[in-house]
Amino acid sequence: MLTISNLQASIGSKEILKGINLDVKAGEVHAIMGPNGSGKSTLASVLSGREDYDVTGGSVTFEGKDLLEMAPEERAAEGIFLAFQYPVEIPGVSTTNFLKTAMNEIRKYRGQDPLDAVQFLKLMKEKMKLVNIDQSLLSRSLNEGFSGGEKKRNEIFQMAMLEPKLAILDETDSGLDIDALRIVAEGVNQLRSPERATIVVTHYQRLLDYIVPDYVHVLYKGRIVKSGPKELAFELEEKGYDWIKAEVETV
Amino acid sequence: MTPSNQNNDLKAKLLADFRSLEERLNGASKTALHQTRREALHQFDRLGFPTIKHEEWKYTNVSSLIKEVFEFNAASQVTADDLVQLESSRLEGNVLYFVNGRYQPELSKIVSPAEQLTITTLDEAIKNTPDLLAQYFAQYADYRQDAFTALNTAFAQEGVFIHVPANTTVEAPTILRFLSDARAVNVASQPRNLFVVEKNAEVKVAESFRTLGDQASFTNVVTEIVLAEDARMEYYKVQNESDMAYHIGTTQVDQKDRSYFYSATVTLDGGFIRNNLNIALDGSECEAHMYGLYFPNGRQHIDNHTLVDHRQPNSHSNELYKGILEDRSTGVFNGKIFVRQAAQKTNAYQSCKNVVLSNDATMNTKPQLEIFADDVKCSHGTTTGKLNEEALFYMRSRGIPKDEAQSLLMYAFAEDVIAKIKIDPLREQIERRIQAKLAR
Repeated sequence: MLTISNLQASIGSKEILKGINLDVKAGEVHAIMGPNGSGKSTLASVLSGREDYDVTGGSVTFEGKDLLEMAPEERAAEGIFLAFQYPVEIPGVSTTNFLKTAMNEIRKYRGQDPLDAVQFLKLMKEKMKLVNIDQSLLSRSLNEGFSGGEKKRNEIFQMAMLEPKLAILDETDSGLDIDALRIVAEGVNQLRSPERATIVVTHYQRLLDYIVPDYVHVLYKGRIVKSGPKELAFELEEKGYDWIKAEVETV
Repeated sequence: MTPSNQNNDLKAKLLADFRSLEERLNGASKTALHQTRREALHQFDRLGFPTIKHEEWKYTNVSSLIKEVFEFNAASQVTADDLVQLESSRLEGNVLYFVNGRYQPELSKIVSPAEQLTITTLDEAIKNTPDLLAQYFAQYADYRQDAFTALNTAFAQEGVFIHVPANTTVEAPTILRFLSDARAVNVASQPRNLFVVEKNAEVKVAESFRTLGDQASFTNVVTEIVLAEDARMEYYKVQNESDMAYHIGTTQVDQKDRSYFYSATVTLDGGFIRNNLNIALDGSECEAHMYGLYFPNGRQHIDNHTLVDHRQPNSHSNELYKGILEDRSTGVFNGKIFVRQAAQKTNAYQSCKNVVLSNDATMNTKPQLEIFADDVKCSHGTTTGKLNEEALFYMRSRGIPKDEAQSLLMYAFAEDVIAKIKIDPLREQIERRIQAKLAR
């Protein structure tokens, strides 16, 4: 589904990603872990098309198409979803109106008819249950005045509505208490399917107790320095990142 | 060349026009009202058109206006079919049409019963109720300081006089529609309105300005509003004029004790616009609310000058103006608040927020507070910035194309001012027009 080859990216003159290789197949969940400043969020941003970064080398293909050539909205329409680490507050635009616009733009891109108000509301009701989100929250301005947990639930709710092929969760666990974390993880798990893939970017192992990955990759200084099965996450939790850093430095 | 020579052409023409007006007036030139006109003309002659050296006109240069040649009060054949083309809102209320400054009775309707309000053209009021008119006319808008007010006063003939008797609530809104029919020639008009709301009475009035055709138009409008004790008024000014339209307007409000004034000025389109909104809080425990929204694109220029003069204690003024500027457009906001020494316990708030979408667009903001009382609460703030890039990316990452995301953000920015328009059909019409302008 997604093939990242030797991806290099920088912000200004600072090189952040120094050659990432990653292959994600449908049905898989990949966790990207690593210490602060290793480039995890940059990778998520580059995949979703944030313009602050310059891609200086390498390639990314998504279902055979050159992802890096696409505008962020095209990537979304192709089936990529980024759950933000810091969801943006947008005063004056309700979540409902925002999502309806997004869904119908994506449908237009795919040559489908727009959803009418009844179909949209029905779908919304169904997905609201998934993350236990309240109707009143959705009629308010997007994320404005939402608590940290409400913002993250809203991200997963949007993901459930848009049904992406590839979901990228950028530090979705940050700022969540254990109850909110469980709700968010359950939402993500219910969306798991053989047709979909997920990339979970996280600093801590605790989210992976709930969203169990197939593969764990450790990102350090802009490269994936170690990959392994889910047990690698437990090892990181136990021993921290220092042993990996030491391993890398000695090579 | 001295500044006054530069505006000789239009000025000389207007001075000559005044002489022919006097000839047409015949015996009526002896009236008190006409003496005021004469005095105003004299002031106009003395003041001349302002140049950018004038502090109040620093960013609004009228030199291209005074180079144009206009036909004042030009004849026009506007039919009901032409109005359909303008897609005006279907407002249930009193609707008065003026075309090139002339009243159009066949297009107009007055539905409010006569005991609720008297609504006449200025022309009729001059003939039928000259004494009532003289009590108020030109007593508020200062023709000794402002050349355009002087010019309007000198030629005051057409417009609307609304008189709401004490203890009356006028249910139906009144909308005054001023059309410039610039399909054939350059046209100019100088509407003059006077709204008098007596004690404990209430009324809603909107003024709308539109253009037909592509020739240049010049509207120089003055509206005087007098609110007696406990009077309440909602006032809207909506401008949707062409890129070839010049509009200079002054709304002068005088408020007595416990009166309430609520206004929204929405400028969707117009080539060159200057709005003055001056409010004198000449009573205690008054409230004045001023909202504004302006939306220039292309080479449009929109200037809003507001002045709130707190003269008595315990009054409250509140102001929020918002602008979105595109292309090579320019905007001006100048907000003055005076708090006189007597005006203790004044609350005055002012805010002006702008989004500038293009590097070639310019916004000039100037808040001015002059406070002579010591026990007051005043605040002001202006912001000018770009659209929130992070919000744009967020929306795009959900599949919303960049243009659509920008439109949504701009609409959201404008929304809190749009929501202030309490006449539903009027607000809905403005919403549609804004959406259409955003979609371009």
